[in-house]
Amino acid sequence: MTSATRPDPVTTETVTDAVLSVRGLQAHVAGQQVVEHVDLDVAAAGVTALLGRNGVGKTSTIKAIMGLISRSGTVTLDGQDIASLPTHKVAQLGVGYVPEDREVFSGLTVSENLRIAERPGHDHRYGLVYELFPELKERAGQAAGTLSGGQQQMVSLARALLNDNRVLLVDEPTKGLAPRLVQEVGKVLARAAEAVPVLLVEQNLQVVRELAHHAVVLTGGRSVHHGPAAEFLNDPEATQRLLGVHTGAEGAA
Amino acid sequence: MSTVILLAITGVGLGAIYFLVACGLSLIYGLMGVLNFAHGVFLAFGAFLGFEIANAMGATTWAGFAVSLLVGALAGAVFAALTERILVQRLYNRHIEQVLVTVGLALAAVALFDGIWGTDPRFPSAPAWLNETTNIAGANVPNDRFVAILAAVAVLVAIVLFLKKTRYGMIIRAGVENRSMVTALGIDVRTAFTLVFTIGGAAAGLGGVLASHYFGYVSPLLGQTLLIFAFIVTVIGGLGSLLGAAIASVLVALLQQFANFYLSGTGDFAVVILLAVVLLTRPSGLMGRKA
Repeated sequence: MTSATRPDPVTTETVTDAVLSVRGLQAHVAGQQVVEHVDLDVAAAGVTALLGRNGVGKTSTIKAIMGLISRSGTVTLDGQDIASLPTHKVAQLGVGYVPEDREVFSGLTVSENLRIAERPGHDHRYGLVYELFPELKERAGQAAGTLSGGQQQMVSLARALLNDNRVLLVDEPTKGLAPRLVQEVGKVLARAAEAVPVLLVEQNLQVVRELAHHAVVLTGGRSVHHGPAAEFLNDPEATQRLLGVHTGAEGAA
Repeated sequence: MSTVILLAITGVGLGAIYFLVACGLSLIYGLMGVLNFAHGVFLAFGAFLGFEIANAMGATTWAGFAVSLLVGALAGAVFAALTERILVQRLYNRHIEQVLVTVGLALAAVALFDGIWGTDPRFPSAPAWLNETTNIAGANVPNDRFVAILAAVAVLVAIVLFLKKTRYGMIIRAGVENRSMVTALGIDVRTAFTLVFTIGGAAAGLGGVLASHYFGYVSPLLGQTLLIFAFIVTVIGGLGSLLGAAIASVLVALLQQFANFYLSGTGDFAVVILLAVVLLTRPSGLMGRKA
């Protein structure tokens, strides 16, 4: 079987115990279709990776699930359709969001950035947050805009970990970070994934290899591959074709 | 020297009134991206209801004056809250339509005021002290200037405390920066929108009562005249910046006063020149964020 003869396989394996299921998702930004047809399942435990080259619609897919861009199709969370809900309702149902580029409130202090994320009627896990990010406690009074990129990423992750979520959508958390910080973020995600399932967009395939059980691959706004993450990453032909990178069996990305 | 002091204090007093109008405009634009052309009619409505209640209670008594300030603020707040809930919120994120609906509301409201109170100006009375002057270093400064300055400072302090110390204040500050991230944290920002309109309307209504004493009359178009300068102040200060609005209010009013006196009545012209200079050199305003 060669890449020339093999058509893009749509779905090889579906997750049976999905917490979040997306079917036939389409999304538009300023009249332009950015997501054409995405099906994906986020398993009820562990990390599901959302992979693909730049510009294939990974971030748009996450934003569409959150309702931050106009979307159609079905999105079910624990069996409840959330595709027509406004963003704040989606979040209130337990979808935690860690956006690409952190999006901390730069004029607010670190502790205000956390307090604004507190959802009423829930316990707030400050114990966990300060255990994972002791630095945030020390810098509680500092304006978030004056933090380094890595520290801002901690704030952004902490905002999502503070509440008892059903699923976390984490978009490129290691983007632009130094290698040491990439490892640290990886550890935090591994720890988070023990408690809550994660849908992770990540370019660093080493991080994906360490964390993800399942992988969904997009190309041109469509989901074209579903399956175990390790199996996909160990297939040099598939990674070359869908991600444009060479990965050996143990090769780093 | 006494002329300079008189012009300066009168200028700051005028700046205080500009600020009372501009603070709401600036917050509304900063949070919601709405250019609220109906803001002037919140002011006029506050001024008229303040005028009516003062007359009913005895306009020359301090109690009548105090209640007129309160009623003016309340009238502006209620008018603004209803405007947001009934008209603006339905046009969420449709900025052109929002501008059109607020322009339309302003035209309709001015016509309504014309119908109720007539087009001729009404002249409010006040406690005797307000019509007197205080001698400061040789300058006889009308006392109503001090009341306007005091009220504007109180409003500025109150809004800053609200923004810094309360959860809704925090939501508004965060929303001015990045509204979609606020919603992604599970917060319904529409409540914050209504709140910002209400606060802005209250400040404008209070400003309306004070403006009627400062200028010595109330008319249906009182708000429209002030709105033009409030927009200029908001742009110069930086859209969305409360502190910028405060600084620009005083700057614009002082420039206007001094140019009117020393440059043969060219105050309004000088303000427009200042606006042009700021737009050319710092397009995001004195304290505005970079676009």
